[in-house]
Parts: sequence; structure tokens; C-alpha cells
Amino acid sequence: MSSVSKGAVTSSRSKMKREQTRRGLLYALPDWLFIIILFFVPILLLVVMAGSRWSLMGGNRGWNFPENFVKVFHSDLLGQSIWFTIEYTVIVTIILLALGLGLALIVQESSKWNTVLRTCFLLPSATGLASASLLFYAMYSPQVGPVTKILHFFGLIGEGGSVLATGQSALWATVIVIVWRFSGYYMLLMMIGLQSIPGDLYEAARMDGANSWRIFRSITLPLMKPTVVMCLVYCVTGSILAFDQFFILTKGGPNNSTMTVVQLIYNFAFDSKKDLGMAAALSLLVLIALVIINSIQMRGMRDNTK
Amino acid sequence: MKSFKQAGRILAGVVAAAMLIPMAACGGGSTDQAAKKVTGAGADDGTTITLWTRAPLERQAKNVVSAYNSSHKNKVKLEIIPNDDMEGKVGGASQTDSLPDVLAGDVVRIPYWASEGIFTDITKQIGALKNKADLQQGHIEAGTVDGKEYTLPFITDVSIMVWNKDLYKEAGLDPEKGPSSIKDFTEQAKAIAGLNKSGVAGSYVAGQSGGALVFDLFPSVWADGESVMNKEGTEAKLDNPSMKAELEAYKTLANTPNGLGSGSKEETGATWTAPFANGKIGVMPYPNTSVTAIMEAEKKGGFHVGVTPLPGTKEGKTSTFLGGDAMGISKDSKHVAQSWNFLSWLMQDKTQAKVFAAKGDTASNVKTLKTAYTNADKRVQTINSVIIDGNGQTPKSPKFNEAFNAAGSPFQLLVQNAIWGNGDLSADNKAVTKALGDN
Repeated sequence: MSSVSKGAVTSSRSKMKREQTRRGLLYALPDWLFIIILFFVPILLLVVMAGSRWSLMGGNRGWNFPENFVKVFHSDLLGQSIWFTIEYTVIVTIILLALGLGLALIVQESSKWNTVLRTCFLLPSATGLASASLLFYAMYSPQVGPVTKILHFFGLIGEGGSVLATGQSALWATVIVIVWRFSGYYMLLMMIGLQSIPGDLYEAARMDGANSWRIFRSITLPLMKPTVVMCLVYCVTGSILAFDQFFILTKGGPNNSTMTVVQLIYNFAFDSKKDLGMAAALSLLVLIALVIINSIQMRGMRDNTK
Repeated sequence: MKSFKQAGRILAGVVAAAMLIPMAACGGGSTDQAAKKVTGAGADDGTTITLWTRAPLERQAKNVVSAYNSSHKNKVKLEIIPNDDMEGKVGGASQTDSLPDVLAGDVVRIPYWASEGIFTDITKQIGALKNKADLQQGHIEAGTVDGKEYTLPFITDVSIMVWNKDLYKEAGLDPEKGPSSIKDFTEQAKAIAGLNKSGVAGSYVAGQSGGALVFDLFPSVWADGESVMNKEGTEAKLDNPSMKAELEAYKTLANTPNGLGSGSKEETGATWTAPFANGKIGVMPYPNTSVTAIMEAEKKGGFHVGVTPLPGTKEGKTSTFLGGDAMGISKDSKHVAQSWNFLSWLMQDKTQAKVFAAKGDTASNVKTLKTAYTNADKRVQTINSVIIDGNGQTPKSPKFNEAFNAAGSPFQLLVQNAIWGNGDLSADNKAVTKALGDN
């Protein structure tokens, strides 16, 4: 009698557990479907493409690993584009993080004027990156834009010259677009970090007689570390994947001097080589590089004050 | 655990299905079978056929299509594609088997398209055309792979030398006599530069546009009997004396105040015809399709323009770049007979006279060029003569785009180094060869 009831209890308990598992899996199913369709399948296709002879016009013509990777490494433009991407990433990251934090400190306190300032700083973030690039393309144009005339007035540029004409000036012209477009966004992220620092810490520091610089160094910066690292991850990833701004402003020119890695992928696929296999191979390499770089940066996010 | 295995199996299924997609795109060859049965003028049975062409030749393409549609039961549906999007769009459509019935493209891109199997083999039909010998051969040659012919000329665009007669008068030059050698060209451009007029320059060159540069620079090399590539299109031969003299001429102008129009070095080709059309340039190589508009403006009080064939380093010999668009029937066409009807109709002398000659455009049929322009402007006849004389060429290489046309191509760098830098022509020539021979 008792054994029977005991068995019934375990069986109903395991039944309940199975039911729970089933329901749990069902709940997770939509997410999994999205992850599989939008993430795993494309990456698998990318891997297949990277290992195949796959031209833009001719389609898939069979496995040829590792030929695409060999060709990518033999490309004259690869080293140049990696170097340029790194240069661009370092410049943009330093300026954006410093400016983001600076702006956040300025408008941190809530007052009438600060609200207006905040809105002003954030406004460019409302434009799309492509529209912002087009806007600046028009401003930089020697035919219709004011920039050439202004610089010519100060004797910095020849009459009818363009700031996009040389590699270095085109790089800085693009950096200005990105800073204009994104500094407000990073200000917002930094401000959230600043406001999560408890006010009594500042009060205590002031009572101990610390000056503003000391407070900033010993309280604000350490407690902002997770926010700064998050911004760093965003900014570095975004800069390494830079495409829109250069595609619109310079198309990699003049003479390939502003060719980023992602533009090189586009160039392999649709312009010079018309080889989707090579483009996929380079994409895969960029993906691996990003995973490594981000995992290193993520270590910085760990809270090691505890 | 069990459900995980199940999920694994589903995943494997999805992946397998995804991998089948490209395999399906690998079929083909069926249109070649259909083409074998097409004879004569094909079929005119009220079918709608689709045609893609690129934006720079929109005007001519529209004239052709409306003339065909008003005289046939078949209807051609024209789609105009931006020049820069063409390659990507054709590539995408090719992989999903959704190419239009008739596909027209820049003649320098055609060898690559043909070698990738984009077109249907129409060797037999082209061979059966009674006037095949009259047709512009460069566009047929461009689409010939292993003896199989895939394309016919659609629209011809040639390069010629133009000069601004008003500026010539001001500079004390003979306004009726354009340059007849590279040396003349340099001297006349320098004379215009010497006017020291604000915004006016001797010549202009599209420094960042490989496409415009080959169009401008190659003919002088051909005029001297030199070549730019070997026959197979796998090796560059740009370090010849003619090319050197020509690049030297532009370098001299670049170092002369007002010698080359401002923006020459950065010009990407989007606006390279504009400075001359605005009357700001003395003399430069130019596309004939853009001359028509200048001559129309001349009637309304614009500046006077002179036209002469592109000279070499020696007087008396000229040549041209036989550019424009060639067209063929795509591998995905389901209406091969109807598409052939359109193609063969356009090749006829009468058609060419009606859709091109009567509208002031250049025909692709030599017989039409000789007979249908007797009342036309003398300059139009000069333009036609460069096609008729047979000195023009179309460079052919499957890797032409990568080596010459693409943004930042080795040829573009060669020209940039030679005109605005201290270029080493033979080293830069090797870089072009590397791109041509690369597989």
C-alpha cells in the first residue's frame, strides 16, 4: 500500500518536473529561434563562404579552404587598412571618451541651463550616421560648402581645394563628423554612471577637506570604471567596424589612404575582386579579432574593489 | 538531454537547408539549349521582356525602348540602374537566378561578366546576322569567350578631343584648329592657362577615376601603334614612350599655374565633364555623349566647341576608346526568342538610323554612320569618323575593373604618381600587371 503511494508521489513529482522543463523550454523557444536564425545560421554561412570559391557573379563553386585566407593575407591593402583602422580607432576613442566625460561633468547638476545644454549636446545623436555624413559631405564640398571658403580665408587651404583631398585631412574631417554625432551619446552614458555614485561619498570627502581634483581622482574615476569600460567597448567596436562615414565621405580615397578594414571587405566583395569568398574570410578574421579585443576589455569591467 | 539532441537535429537541418540555397544557384545552361532553337528575327508574340542598363546612358536607352515598343507586339520594360550599383545588383540577381532578359553593361565590364557565365550563348544568331561585319566589332569582341559570342553593341560612346573656341580666340590661338599631337595639346593648354582668368584652366583630368582616365589616356597610346596590355589582357604595357610622353604633358600642366583645373587631382569622375561644359577649361579629351549637350547649349548662346580625334605623339595618327554599353541575353531569360527579336531589330541599319542618328546620337553600325548623318553637324561627322576609321579599340581583360576602373586601382595610383608625384612608371606598371594576372 505504502510503496504504491510512494511510487505514485515520485512519478507525479518527476512528471511535474518534466512538465516544468517542457514549459521552460517552450518559453525559451522563441529566443532560441531568433538566435539560431539570425546568429548561428549567418555565421555558419559565413564560415562556408570563407572556405569556398564564391564569386559575386558565379556563385558557389566548391570548397577551397584556405585559399581565400591566403589571398586576403597577400592583398596589398590589408596591412594599410588595418593600420588606418587602428589609427582611427585610437583617435576617435580618446576624443570621444574624454569629451563624453567632460560634457557629463559640465551638465551633471540639474539646473535650467544645464537642461538646455544637455539637449544641445544630445541633439546630433538624433540624426542617422549616414545623414550626418551626407550633411558634412555637403559642408566639405568646395562647390557648395562653406568649409573650403573659411579655411581659404585663413590661408590654410588653396582656393577650390577640398579637406577630403589628402589622407590626413580626410581622416580628421571624418573624426569631426563622428565626434559631432556621438559625443552627446557618450555624455548620456557617462552621466548615468556619474549619477549612480552616492552623494554622501562626496559629502564625506568634502568634510575631510579634499579639493575638487582629489575628489575627481579618488572617488569619481574609480567608481566610474565600469561605465568607462562599457563606453570603451562600445567606442572601440564601433570604430573598428567604421564603414558608413568613410563610404560616404571618401570611399576609401584619396588613393586608398582612408580604407578601413570593413571598407576593404566591401571592396573585395563588390568592387575590385568581386569575390565573396575573400570578403567572408576577412569578415571572419575581423569577427575573431573583435571577440579577442572585447574579451580583454571586459576584464576591466569586473569590479575588483571588493 | 533528449530535447537538446532534438534541438541539435533541428539546427543541423536548418544549416543543411541553408547550404542548399547556393547549390540551387549553380544550375543553368538551360538558356543555351533554348537559344539553339532561335532563328531569324526571333519571336514577336506580345511578351514583356526586361532590360537593365546603367544611368549614364539613360537618354539613348529610353529612345531605343520607346521605338521598339511602338513598333512591336513585344514590350521591353526598361530599368535604369545607378552606375556604381550595377555590379552588385547584377551579382545578386545572378546568384538568385533573377537576371533580366536582356542585360546591358559597361563594355569594359563585359569580359568579366561573360567569363562568369552571365549570358546565353548566341554565337549562331550573331553569325546569321547579314550585317555583322558593319557592327562595331569592339563590343562583340568584348563578349567573346573561348570562341563563343555573347554580346552585341547597345550604345557606343567614344572619346574625342574638345576645345573651347572662345577661350582659344582670347588666347590668340586659331579657334578652328585643335591639337594634332600631344605637344600641340600641351602648348595650347598652356596658352589658355596664360590667360590668368579666374577659374579658367588649360585642361582638366579626372585624377581619381580610373574609368575616365583610361578613356582619356589610352587612345593616344593606340594612335602611336603602341598597346596598353598584351593580347590576353594579363600583362600591362603602360611603360611605353607614348604613355610616358602623355603623362609628362599632364605633369607639365600640373606644374603650370592654372594648367590643370582645380579639383583635377581629387576628381572621382562624378563631375569630370562639368568644368569644360561650364566653359572653364581650354582643351581636354571628352566623351562624345556629353558633346551633344554642349552643342545644344551653343545654339542658345553658349560657348563654341571644337571637336577633333585624339592624337598621338606624332601628327597624323589618331585613335579613340570604343566605350559605351554592350548587351546580351542573360542566363536566366525565359524569353530567349523574344529577346533576340529585340537585339536583331536594333542591329538593323534602318533602326540605328532612326533611334540614334535622327536623335543626334552615335550609331553602332558603320553603314549607318556613313549614310545617315549627311545633314548632321560637321562635328558629329568628325565623331563618327573615329568609329568608321577602325583605329579605335576596346581594351579587353577579365580583370580590367580591378586593375583600372575600381576606386584606388593600381592604374589610378600610377597616374597620380606620374602627374602629381615622382612616379616610377615601370614599378607602377608592374603593380597593374599584378592585378591583371591575379587569380
